Amino acid sequence: MSRGSQLPLGDRLAAGPRGITSALAQLPPLRLLLNALARLPLSGHHAVIGLPYLWLGLFFLVPFVIVLKISFADQLIAQPPYSSLVDLATEGYISLKLNIGNYTFLGSDPLYFNAYLKSVEIAFFSALICLVIGYPMAYAMARSDPAWRGVLLMLVVLPFWTSFLLRVYAWIGLLNNNGIINNVLIGLGLIQEPIVMMRTNFAVYVGIVYSYLPFMILPLYSTLEKMDLTLLEAAEDLGCRPLKAFFTITLPLSPPGVIAGFSLVFIPALGEFVIPDLLGGTETLMIGKVLWDEFFSNRAWPIASAVAIAMLSLVVVIMVAQKMLAKYAGAER
Amino acid sequence: MHDGRKPERAVDEPWRNPEATPYISIRNVTKRFGDFVAVNDVSLKVYRQELFCLLGGSGCGKSTLLRMLAGFEEPSSGQIFIDGQDMAGIPPYSRPVNMMFQSYALFPHMSVQDNVAFGLKQDRTPLKEIRDRVAAMLDLVKLSSFAKRKPHQLSGGQRQRVALARSLVKAPKLLLLDEPLGALDRKLRESTQFELMNLQDKLGVTFIVVTHDQEEAMTLASRIGVMNQGHIVQVGTPSEIYEFPVNRFVADFIGTVNMFAGRIVDEDSNYVRIAAEADGCTFFIDHGVSASPNAQLWVALRPEKINIGREAPADTRENCVQGVIDGIAYMGDVSVFNVKLASGRMVKVTRPNLIRREEDTLTWDDEVWLHWHPASGVVLTS
Repeated sequence: MSRGSQLPLGDRLAAGPRGITSALAQLPPLRLLLNALARLPLSGHHAVIGLPYLWLGLFFLVPFVIVLKISFADQLIAQPPYSSLVDLATEGYISLKLNIGNYTFLGSDPLYFNAYLKSVEIAFFSALICLVIGYPMAYAMARSDPAWRGVLLMLVVLPFWTSFLLRVYAWIGLLNNNGIINNVLIGLGLIQEPIVMMRTNFAVYVGIVYSYLPFMILPLYSTLEKMDLTLLEAAEDLGCRPLKAFFTITLPLSPPGVIAGFSLVFIPALGEFVIPDLLGGTETLMIGKVLWDEFFSNRAWPIASAVAIAMLSLVVVIMVAQKMLAKYAGAER
Repeated sequence: MHDGRKPERAVDEPWRNPEATPYISIRNVTKRFGDFVAVNDVSLKVYRQELFCLLGGSGCGKSTLLRMLAGFEEPSSGQIFIDGQDMAGIPPYSRPVNMMFQSYALFPHMSVQDNVAFGLKQDRTPLKEIRDRVAAMLDLVKLSSFAKRKPHQLSGGQRQRVALARSLVKAPKLLLLDEPLGALDRKLRESTQFELMNLQDKLGVTFIVVTHDQEEAMTLASRIGVMNQGHIVQVGTPSEIYEFPVNRFVADFIGTVNMFAGRIVDEDSNYVRIAAEADGCTFFIDHGVSASPNAQLWVALRPEKINIGREAPADTRENCVQGVIDGIAYMGDVSVFNVKLASGRMVKVTRPNLIRREEDTLTWDDEVWLHWHPASGVVLTS
């Protein structure tokens, strides 16, 4: 044990990250776990790789299996509000009842299809708007004085220091009929009546673009920053003007960042619940909200589960497509 | 000029002709980056169809000078003329200059032929002409069968040839090459060196090559400009630079040299005697030297200009010294002897291995005499 273990807990916590880990290791549950792990025939790197897998298995895979199971169940008015799949039907038989009705129901009611479509639409255009706004920002950052890059990068990440929920609430204050934007515009005499922005798709777009813009900027920045600038010099040397060099060299070399940024915005925006719930109105029927309503308002757990599984499948399809696209873009160089 | 062929170039040493108009004229160019002076008051004339090498260690300002010619940097002061035209304020894309980059800077998303065609496309050359010229260029660098490949599918040598083809396809009057052979292995370097020289003969382009590799400079160049700390220290043909270095830096930078510090003990208009007291030998030089009588001087002696043998020379008073063989490096064509003098200093001597299996060959710990011709030593005053 390091010197840190002899110090009181408070001092150890003050000793920085190393102190904190050594302090945590002294806490009974973790100590037991560590002791148990130490007895397993595992080396250090097994543990390093294994722990995240354990985490994912425990908190992602198991819940996923539960949701998958519920999606095949019947809805009951009971506690819990769904039937179990496996029954001892008659003696000596185990029956497995899979109710695919939940999925066929999703297909039969246009509500769900429209919600998926709307989600894809909003997520897609949000990602597109993020790209249009984020690309120039990332470009400017990547070409700025290296001394400034760290500061600019920090400014992009800075909003994460405030709670996501709080930042979305703040937009309500800005977009409301008697919010700051309308008050200023009326005060300046530019408009007479407040512009209705809250509870519209516009507000949802504003919220999503605002919240996810950093996820677009960061991968774009890393791609653009890595680019070999002598390529641009070579282009200029061969008679290409700088603006044209941007379109013939810089832009064609950007796809890795564009694809990564686009997916990082598109995929979470697809299942976004908080933003359409707080900023959107009835016209914004996104799948996250439908899911919420099914689960909490209708107590239709099996339907809600089916909605979730269907969305997950959608995301998987999109991710595979993105992987293939990235591979294709990668083969270009 | 130094590959053994008789020089057939249009360059007939125009730098010796005061009437000749230089193609490139660099006048008192200085480049500062903040407090750092990268290029310090450089003046240089390069003539049409020359293959001029800027030679120097890293940070000597050679690349900065090249980048100023290409237009990527503007001089802080001074002027650059190319073909009589002042280049001030002319952006790289409007200069009659092409550059081959050290990293080659091939466009990774374009095929070999698109890379080569890039420059022609910028000039809106007719498509058919582009196709023909690209094909001809790829043929010249022997890459026709690789036209459809992407740069990452090529070997280092092939990439280098693509870069060369790309910079030559626009038939520039001036081609700048930044360490063109730096990334190649030895065999490839040698063949490419000669390829470059053939191309130059064929196309009549003026080349300016930047390199830190003296061997590369010696084989390629019609003239070499040796740079140190932002200054051009010496300009001359490879043999001038090698045999008549102007100071210790040049003598030391090009090839190997044994440097003896000494003082003039006897002088006349047609000879001078320099005593290197620390090393216990006296140099008799067969020409006069313009230096103040008591000033510190140096005599530079190339290893291949020293004779080595067991017998003492006829006259042991001067131009010779005794020592013990301390080390031998057998290089195949020559052997390098490290001879330890009584003073403790090492002298490098090379001797061609003329005989395949020599009886009674020189070996370690042999007592030997080193002696040299009165014309062999170069007297340096700085």
